[in-house]
Amino acid sequence: MSMVDPVLQGLVDSLNAAYGLCLDDGRLEEWPEFFVDDCLYQVIARENVDNGLPAAVMYCDSKGMLVDRVVALRRANVFPEHFSRHLISRAVLTGIDGDTVSAEASYALLQTRNDGETRIYNAGKYADRLLINDGVAKLVSRMCVYDTHRIATLLATPI
Amino acid sequence: MNAMAPVGAPSLPTAVDYRVYHDTQIFAAEQRNIFKGRTWCYLGLEAEIPNAGDFRATHLGETPVVLVRGQEGKLHAWVNRCAHKGATVCRSLRGNQADGAFVCVYHQWAYDSEGTLVGVPFRRGMKGVGGYEKDFDLASHSLEKLRVESYKGMVFGTFSADIESLDDFLGPVMRKYIDRVFQRPIKVLGYSRQYMAGNWKLYSENSRDSYHGGLLHLFYPTFGIYRQSQDSAGELAEQGFHNVFTVSKPKGDIDYGSFGDEANREMQGSAKLQDERLLQFRPEIEDDVGLHIQSLFPSVVLQQIQNTLATRQIVTHGVDKTELVWTYFGYADDDEETTRHRLRNLNLVGPSGLISMEDGEAVELCQQGTVGAEGKHSFIEMGGDDVRGYYAPMGMDENAVRGFWKGYLNLMGDALAVSAEASA
Repeated sequence: MSMVDPVLQGLVDSLNAAYGLCLDDGRLEEWPEFFVDDCLYQVIARENVDNGLPAAVMYCDSKGMLVDRVVALRRANVFPEHFSRHLISRAVLTGIDGDTVSAEASYALLQTRNDGETRIYNAGKYADRLLINDGVAKLVSRMCVYDTHRIATLLATPI
Repeated sequence: MNAMAPVGAPSLPTAVDYRVYHDTQIFAAEQRNIFKGRTWCYLGLEAEIPNAGDFRATHLGETPVVLVRGQEGKLHAWVNRCAHKGATVCRSLRGNQADGAFVCVYHQWAYDSEGTLVGVPFRRGMKGVGGYEKDFDLASHSLEKLRVESYKGMVFGTFSADIESLDDFLGPVMRKYIDRVFQRPIKVLGYSRQYMAGNWKLYSENSRDSYHGGLLHLFYPTFGIYRQSQDSAGELAEQGFHNVFTVSKPKGDIDYGSFGDEANREMQGSAKLQDERLLQFRPEIEDDVGLHIQSLFPSVVLQQIQNTLATRQIVTHGVDKTELVWTYFGYADDDEETTRHRLRNLNLVGPSGLISMEDGEAVELCQQGTVGAEGKHSFIEMGGDDVRGYYAPMGMDENAVRGFWKGYLNLMGDALAVSAEASA
């Protein structure tokens, strides 16, 4: 087994850590900046992925669509007030092709609503492709494959 | 009337006692009178189980049911409860049982795809010891079987031995609109499941409530999109409890305007959509209808919104636990690009739907708000106090909500009054 490049590993893990904290801090307007312009972001049930079915609850195939999600969330959508908390595992780099890296990491997304109780809201994994450019990693695609296929109430904030 | 109903008054289609969302006795009576009563309940799509041996776990009300495609292609459904000790027989959400046998893991009682008991281990005991009596009749220890009928690939089941045919239960108006969506063969694109801490009837009202559309769901107005020139209509089946809403694509160009004058929240859209492919609509049925939401009592909504196609199955897990199972589909002859377009449109609907996610929140708000409100009533008189077969334009009325309650109250008979007395 080949040695993992510690620099690459660090870039991917740093991106994931910053990504989680960005969402958890509520800095949603910054969230699209983790992606390249021509990106694909999906939130999809594991039962669909396992059965070869493509339907996702969020499917954004441009950075503009990510921005639209955030604007809608800020101004249009009505959902329970909540805090998010991402716990993200160290990434496993599954492939390297030139300046593109494939990686996977597990996540647990905790949610705390106004009743004050913290619940495991969504658990799953990120299956990613990242572009490494000038020592910075950006997401080309992120597929959030969730095990928690029973979504509590609704899913407004990105994972 | 047009005044609030007095405390303790019986429920009417215009004024329903909030007790119906909280009372466990009413919930139990609903399982008997509605879900196991004289209704046909949606179980799934034929396209989910195309091959012999294919099965899908589903529910009828709160009751776990398995829908199976038998060896001759016939559809069967049975309660997922072993006739021996009541154990769950089929433990997977879906799959294919190639040999057609479903075996309970506990004592290996084996059933065929129709649910008939075909084998019991040690039936005669061993060396004359143990086993069942000689007259033990396998067939009379079968799984509880449902009557199953399918209309245009939508499969329904019933416990009722004497209910009318599915075609008659749906009626000509509902069938006409089902035909519209299932105009050609479909393929399933996937699922999502949404779990709401609210009563199933709150969701049933929501899907029949045209009044909230532009008021709760603010996505369109936020982005300055309001289609003033669209044609809309609501139609009800004879019983009142099935309904369909349709909204036609505007003639000519989309009209950008706002309806801020009438609404109480800020409606002036200044945001601009970055990627308009999200909203693109490609008419593919021989009409201009861009929105078709059809609620079939008691447990399913069939929809076409833009180019999204889906069924939403209502599963009643408890008085305040309702699961909504979304099954998304496209047409079997969709090419890859069309599928991608549907996936993009799917952002609008479902548990993360930009124009629909609020429904889950509305259900929970009504559940929370009606705690301790037994004897007090809702007020459902928008657009009249009657139930009409046709209402157009729709959007400023609660005609179909009244229709739901009319049908519901008919099926419940005196069960609501009995429950009120018992807890008085």
